[in-house]
Amino acid sequence: MLSCSDLRKGSKLIIDGEPHVIVQFDFTKPGKGQALYKCKLRNMITGSLFDRTYRSGETFETAALEERDMQYLYRDETGYVFMDQKSYEQVTLPEEALGDQKFFLVDNMKVNVLMFGDRGIGLTLPNFVNLRVTQSDPWVKGDTASGNNKPATVETGYTLQVPAFVEQGTLIQIDTRTGEYATRVKE
Amino acid sequence: MEGNWTLARKRPRLEQRARIVQTVRSFFVERDYLEVETPHRVPGNAPEAHIDAVTSDGWFLHTSPELCMKRLLAAGYPRLFQICRCWRADERGARHLPEFAMLEWYAAGCDYHQLMAECETLLTALVPEGRLDYQGRTIDLSPPWERLTVAEAFEGYASLSLTEALAAGRFDEIIALEIEPRLGLQGPTFLIEYPTELAALARRHPHRPQVAERFELYIAGLELANAFSELTDPVEQRRRFTAEEAARQAAGKPPYPSPEPFLRELAAMPEAAGIALGLDRLVMLLTGADTIDEVVAFTPELL
Repeated sequence: MLSCSDLRKGSKLIIDGEPHVIVQFDFTKPGKGQALYKCKLRNMITGSLFDRTYRSGETFETAALEERDMQYLYRDETGYVFMDQKSYEQVTLPEEALGDQKFFLVDNMKVNVLMFGDRGIGLTLPNFVNLRVTQSDPWVKGDTASGNNKPATVETGYTLQVPAFVEQGTLIQIDTRTGEYATRVKE
Repeated sequence: MEGNWTLARKRPRLEQRARIVQTVRSFFVERDYLEVETPHRVPGNAPEAHIDAVTSDGWFLHTSPELCMKRLLAAGYPRLFQICRCWRADERGARHLPEFAMLEWYAAGCDYHQLMAECETLLTALVPEGRLDYQGRTIDLSPPWERLTVAEAFEGYASLSLTEALAAGRFDEIIALEIEPRLGLQGPTFLIEYPTELAALARRHPHRPQVAERFELYIAGLELANAFSELTDPVEQRRRFTAEEAARQAAGKPPYPSPEPFLRELAAMPEAAGIALGLDRLVMLLTGADTIDEVVAFTPELL
């Protein structure tokens, strides 16, 4: 059982018998009032999204889902294809189940695939992934308003903020949990 | 080895934050407020149904310096301010940190109308150009700001009336989800005259006893400050504390010892008004930050 204060982005709950994941989460509390937990939930079976607000005191059943070690193979028209490392069984995840995670997949990456019966419904990635910067404008010296950062696009098409010294062609490490820049990778 | 990028990229805002805190401090010093520091670790806090303290070796971290500030008022210090850390258990969101920075100030001989005027003057000192750009909106800061009663806000913005919301136990939910997002969008809004039962430390309105002289300040939908004309009647205060403490214990929260020194000395406290302002949120507004994470170096997740 989970209580409201255990809820986070990524928490998986059973609602009406089906697994749901919290895709957006915010805690809010009007001055001196009762805490409210605003969630955007995705039904992990149907993919449908909806908003729900919970109040402190409510409890939730955790979705106990099996995680299997798999390897990312390739993408085709139906989605992203993974292979079980032991049974060699293949599982396809639709693009909607991945969200921004699709930008952090590289060929042969070892991942955990979340299973609901024999269906793949979600993914846990390694915490860090190395990706090469394909586009980033040189930093304009003296641009103090933006601080010391600038936008960059990496090989998968993902755009993020990086330090001024990161150039086009630099291999960088990204934290897959937050989508943020972590460090440069020595080559 | 590179330094931590999440910390490094906050530098422009942390520099702005330091300047804002300096301006705030000078503002109060110049207006004859005495800066004080009171203990962070206390035997108990003022009991409030929905504010939970962090425990500390049998005592608690303070959720606000309010009781100590008022004991100083009662001891004859007429104008006081404090900038300190406060702790509130399990409060974490885009606008909440479990450890946050609070600015509180108290003035003897004042009521909440004078505090509203002082908020206007403080923001003018911080933003001399009188306009603030926040999340795509331009907020006009020129005084006087809108004063909206809680009852009017329910009539104008909510799906229920104030009476219905109170009866259904949905007051907080309606305020947070339906009313707050509409407040302070063109210029700041003072939401005033809260139902007395929702203002445990505030004085009743002299002509309308069902409401208390409490206000909350909103700018761009962000709740920035909470203020009262302070309750100075020790008998009434004890009665309200007993009710709040009963509500806390009914909800399974740890008991607080009754704040006897405060209740004893309250009889000596002059008429006064006091206000608590979330300093991190003020910095969010003044630096255009979407989340509270952007205006502090370390969030709990970074430790």
